[in-house]
This record gives sequence, structure tokens and C-alpha cells, in this order.
Amino acid sequence: MARGRVIFLAERCKACGLCVEFCPKNILVFDDHTINVLGFHPVMLLQPDECTGCGICGLMCPDLVIQVERE
Amino acid sequence: MKTVFKKPESLTDAKFHYCPGCSHGIIHRLIAECLDELKIREQTIGICPVGCSVLAYEYFNCDMLEAAHGRAPAIATAMKRLLPDRYLFTYQGDGDLASIGMGEIVHASLRGEKITVIFVNNTLYGMTGGQMAPTTLLGQVTTTSPYGRSKDWEGYPAKMAELLAQNEGSAYICRTAVNDPPNVVKTKRAIKKALQTQARGLGFSMVEVLSTCPTNWGLSPVEAMKWVEENMIPYYPLGEFKVKEE
Amino acid sequence: MKKVLMKGNEALAEGALIAGCRGFFGYPITPSSEIAEYMARKLPKIGGAFIQAESELAAINMIYGGSSTGTRVMTASSGPGISLKQEGISFISEAELPCLIVNVSRGGPGLGGIQPSQADYFQATRGGGHGDYRIIVLAPSSSQEMMDLAILAFELADKYRTPVMIMAEGTLGNLMEPVIVREAVTEFLDKPWATTGCVGRKPNVINTLHLSQEELEGRNRHLTEKYKMISKNEKRAESFLLDDAEIVVVAFGLLARIIKKSVMEARKKGVKAGLIRPVTLWPFPDEHIQAVSRTARTILSVEINMGQMVEDIRLAAGGKIPVEFYGRIGFTPNPEEITRQLLFIAEREGLL
Ligand SMILES: Cc1ncc(C[n+]2csc(CCOP(=O)(O)OP(=O)(O)O)c2C)c(N)n1
Ligand code: SF4
Ligand code: SF4
Ligand code: SF4
Ligand SMILES: [Mg+2]
Repeated sequence: MARGRVIFLAERCKACGLCVEFCPKNILVFDDHTINVLGFHPVMLLQPDECTGCGICGLMCPDLVIQVERE
Repeated sequence: MKTVFKKPESLTDAKFHYCPGCSHGIIHRLIAECLDELKIREQTIGICPVGCSVLAYEYFNCDMLEAAHGRAPAIATAMKRLLPDRYLFTYQGDGDLASIGMGEIVHASLRGEKITVIFVNNTLYGMTGGQMAPTTLLGQVTTTSPYGRSKDWEGYPAKMAELLAQNEGSAYICRTAVNDPPNVVKTKRAIKKALQTQARGLGFSMVEVLSTCPTNWGLSPVEAMKWVEENMIPYYPLGEFKVKEE
Repeated sequence: MKKVLMKGNEALAEGALIAGCRGFFGYPITPSSEIAEYMARKLPKIGGAFIQAESELAAINMIYGGSSTGTRVMTASSGPGISLKQEGISFISEAELPCLIVNVSRGGPGLGGIQPSQADYFQATRGGGHGDYRIIVLAPSSSQEMMDLAILAFELADKYRTPVMIMAEGTLGNLMEPVIVREAVTEFLDKPWATTGCVGRKPNVINTLHLSQEELEGRNRHLTEKYKMISKNEKRAESFLLDDAEIVVVAFGLLARIIKKSVMEARKKGVKAGLIRPVTLWPFPDEHIQAVSRTARTILSVEINMGQMVEDIRLAAGGKIPVEFYGRIGFTPNPEEITRQLLFIAEREGLL
């Protein structure tokens, strides 16, 4: 069971990849099937169960895309 | 579930106009988090520069002014003198602060103005398309140092934190970076300490933040973060350069 | 009613304090420095802020900040310093921040000289910095007016949310005269736009950047409307012996006061002379000029420069009447010199 939950404001995502790079669990990927209003493939969580809710993705995101919750 | 991370109240809902991966966004958020945590949003007045962050007045959810290029410290000085119980911060790029605004920043520090300066060093002029700044590293290629900055021609890069730390009026001077999670956390701590220095009326405070400009560096955002670590930090060492306790 | 002997510069500074000015930010330059020195003595004692800035650039930006807090603030300078301030004056005009800027003028171009001068007329009346804007420009002619126009300047600045400039010759700044000291101003306009911290309200923003064409054009149209309103309401000039005047001198500042003597002297010699003294240089009192263009024979603009206001007079006269120019540099011509000029014109025109 996941200890954390991440919520994306996908329309703000600029696909910079910083959250993908710094997530310690390596569970963030670009959603190739979606294009947001800014014209980017926004980030999505590949394996929600693995998320620890560490908050690092939110910390490194320059565009306030990510909200993180933890148990 | 408890929320461990979300947009601070001291930012508006407006989307940042910055390039993908530009660190301006992280630094904005850190300032806003500090205003939230210190509960001083309504007591704070921010002054944005001319540079990529010229539109910061649309992002901070407090009273804001837009300054002429380099003049934010002069504006903040007068405001703080007339509103001594308010928090004044300026947000300035390296062209803004270390080139055209060198006079204003040095004298604000010399006078010990009780303001907080957030100085975003990305080694060049982002907004105007990547020209050389006083902070451009030796050998670094920019559109106006196309053969690389040379010490003999363009001279040496400005170390603003070290320079301002020498002034008696400076109470808190720190250099941080936002190139990885631990450094982001340290940057936030420094910004908070700078604002607390202002609250205690100890004098001038500045946090120099090593930042990225992936667009004009010609690097991906992730590569840009590595470039900060490999090229900037060796020349611009991180740490506190001045901590006045009273 | 208290009458006190005061230098023009002191009367102006005291007038500003009477008007509620509580912030002075400036950089020393002759012949304006006495204003700063006066404020340095007085402001700290009444809870105001005085800062000797590191440059005029910093000083004018302190005005931008100071005015943004809703406080009445001012700066004073001269020639080269006023040139440096133009960056800020443009920003302040666009941001619609009220303030007083004093130019105790000196001669130019360049470092020029510290003698009396009116050579900054163009710079003052055309805005001075970049972009489409105007500032109100007042030209006192006595120590009393240095005080009274300082008070008026703050009132107009707040009313129209605009910088107001007082332009005076250095000689006027130094002139010691009795001055009736006015009562302290006690009524002030609210400034809900001020950036004072957003306690209990939405954040205020003071800004001069307008990236979209529509927004920028809108801003310029708004400012233009304001300038039209100021032009309509605020033109001021003193008329002296105009009723039957055939030769009308136009002059401002201390110079105009001296020319009154020339006009009276010329009348003794049979020349029907008169004087218009613009008190507002912008808005320029063109209606006064238009009125005499219908009745007089010729207009003579006398200035301490090489011919600047004369262009505004010609514009106002619209070719209905010849407009001549007489100018000197570096000193105020004495009354006899101008009387001779009036007699010369009268003789040439067959008016004697
Ligand atoms: C007086 C003046 N000179 C030049 C400019 C043009 N200009 C705009 S931004 C800028 C440089 C900004 O660089 P920096 O302060 O490093 O900010 P960055 O964009 O890198 O964040 C310049 C030179 C200006 N707006 N005003
Ligand atoms: S909260 Fe931590 S583990 Fe979860 S996605 Fe973000 S960085 Fe990865
Ligand atoms: S860091 Fe933010 S903007 Fe960048 S890819 Fe991740 S969610 Fe998108
Ligand atoms: S040009 Fe550089 S500094 Fe400016 S927004 Fe883009 S990445 Fe950021
Ligand atoms: Mg820069």
C-alpha cells in the first residue's frame, strides 16, 4: 500500500523532467498520450503504490504542478 | 493523509511564464513558503526587477512593485524608512543587481537597510537573450562573449555575497543553490533567516541563489542543474558569509 | 500671520513641510543643496525620512518607493542631477505616483555653470525622459511663491497622481525675502492604491510594464486624458499692464519680476508695454498669449537660455502676431537692458 499520494495540476506542467530526475523511487514518467494546454506531455505517476510521499518531486518542480500528501 | 506539499498562499494562481525547468519558479515558491510560515504575507511588500522575473508582481500574493532596472534596493530603502514595521524584499537578477544596480545594492548594504534581497545568479542576462553578465564565469560563452569570457578582456566574475559581506551594514549574507533537494531546503532556510534578520532589525540581508537558465545555457533542465554543481559552485562557494547576531 | 525673512530655497523646503512632506531623498548639487540641508535638519525631528542617496538615480527611485507608500515625498537637484533623474521621472509618471521634484536650475549643457539659468525649459515641459508623458511644471518668482507653489505642487500631485516640478533660477533660491508662513495643511486625499502591505485587502501592484499593445495604448490614452484635464484646469499666469499693451513681454521666474521694472520704465518713456508671467510652464498658459495676439502688436520672449519658451509662445500665437526673442546666458539681465530692448522694438515698429 502506498504511503504517499501525489496530485498533479497537469495543465501547469512544462515537462522539464526535474521531478522525474529527482524522485528517489523513479516512478514518475511523461504521459505520452496527453498534451496539456501548454503543449507538453505532463508528468504522471507510473506506480502509485511505490510513492512514499517524500515530497521531493514537489520540492524540485519549478511550476507548482505537484501536491503531495502522506499518511 | 496530510498534505506535505502544496502551493503556498503567498503565491497567486497565475502560471509562471518561465521556460521549462527555470529555477526562478523554485525560488519564487521558497520565498512564498517563508512568507506563509512566518505569517507575514500581509505585512510584506515585494519589489521585482527588470529581467526574466519582471512579471513576479503577478505571482506574489502580496503588495508588489515593479522597479526600473537595478533600482529595487533604492525603492525598498525609502519604503522601509517610511513603513518600518513592514517587510521589504527585492528580487533581482545578476544583471539587475551586479551590473546596472551595483551602486544601489552596495549602498543599501552600507547603510544597513533593513531589507531582504533575493539575488538570483544565473550567470547571464536571461531576458534579453543570454548576454554576458558580471557573474558570467571565465571561459563561459555568451552572445556577447562569443569566444568565452577572458580575464584580460572582460575581467573577473563578481562575487556579490563576498563583496557585500564586508560591509558593516550587512547583517546576513548567504549563498545557496537550488540544484538538488538538499540545496533547495537550505535555500529556504536561508531566506527565512534573512527575513528574520529583517524582523530583528539587525541590518541588510541578502541570499544569493545560484540558479539555472537552461534556455540560454543550451542545456536541458536536468543538465543545467548539473552545470550549477560542476561549474558554478566551485567558483561561487555556498555558505553563510555574514551572520550578525545583534 | 507670521512673516519671516527666508531664503527662497528655505521657503520652498518649509512650504513642503507645511504641505505634509515627510520624505526627502536627494544628492547634493549647487545651487539646490540648501533644500536638502534644510530637510536634513527638520525631517528627523518630525518623524520623517531624510536620506542622502548615493546618486540622483537612487534618489529618484527612492521617490518612486516613498511615494508608493502614500507619503508626500520630494527631491531637489539641478542640471546634471535632473538629467540623471529622468529615468525615474518617466517611471513615476507612468506609475502615476505623486511627488515634488525641484530643479534649482543651472546652466548647461554638460557641467555648464552654476549661474542662474532657464535652459531646462524644454527638458521640463516635454516630460524629459522616455515615453509619452508630461509633468506639471511650476515657476515661482519670489520666496513667497517658493513656499506657496510647494504647497500647491503637493496638492496638484495628489489630485492628478502625477509628479510636479518646481523650476527656479539659482538666484531665486538664494534670495532672502520676507515670507508669510502658511498654515499646515491638514486635509489629504485617500490613497487606496498605495503599497503599504495588504492587511485586510487585496494586494496592490505598482507597475509600469504593459506588454500587450492594447494595454499599452490604453495606458497612454488614459495618461493623455489626464494631461488634457490638467491643461484644462490648471493653467496659471500673471498678467501685468496688459489692457492697452502694444508690446507684451513673456518671461517667467525671478527674471519676470525684474522685467516688471523694465515694463514700467518703458511706459514712462511712452511705450505701451505689458508682461505675461507664466506660473505653470506646463500646462503652458496659451490662452493668455492668444488673448494678447488679438490686441497687441508684438510679443517679446525674454529667457535665460537661447530660445525655448519662445516656441510655445509662437505655437499659441499661431502666426497672428510676430514673436521675438531676447536671451542671455549665465546671468539675469538687469531691467535697463530689457527696457532698451523694448524701446528699440517700439521705435522700429513706429510705436513711439
Ligand atoms: C535601463 C535598462 N537597460 C537595459 C534594459 C534591458 N534589459 C532587460 S532585462 C536585462 C538583463 C536582465 O538580466 P538579469 O538581471 O541577469 O535577469 P535574468 O533575466 O537573467 O533573470 C536587460 C539588460 C532595460 N530594461 N533597462
Ligand atoms: S512524493 Fe517522493 S516518491 Fe512520491 S512521486 Fe514524489 S518524489 Fe516520488
Ligand atoms: S518538475 Fe513540474 S513541470 Fe517539471 S516535469 Fe515535473 S511536474 Fe512537470
Ligand atoms: S531565459 Fe533563462 S532565466 Fe529566463 S525564464 Fe528562460 S530559463 Fe529562466
Ligand atoms: Mg541573470
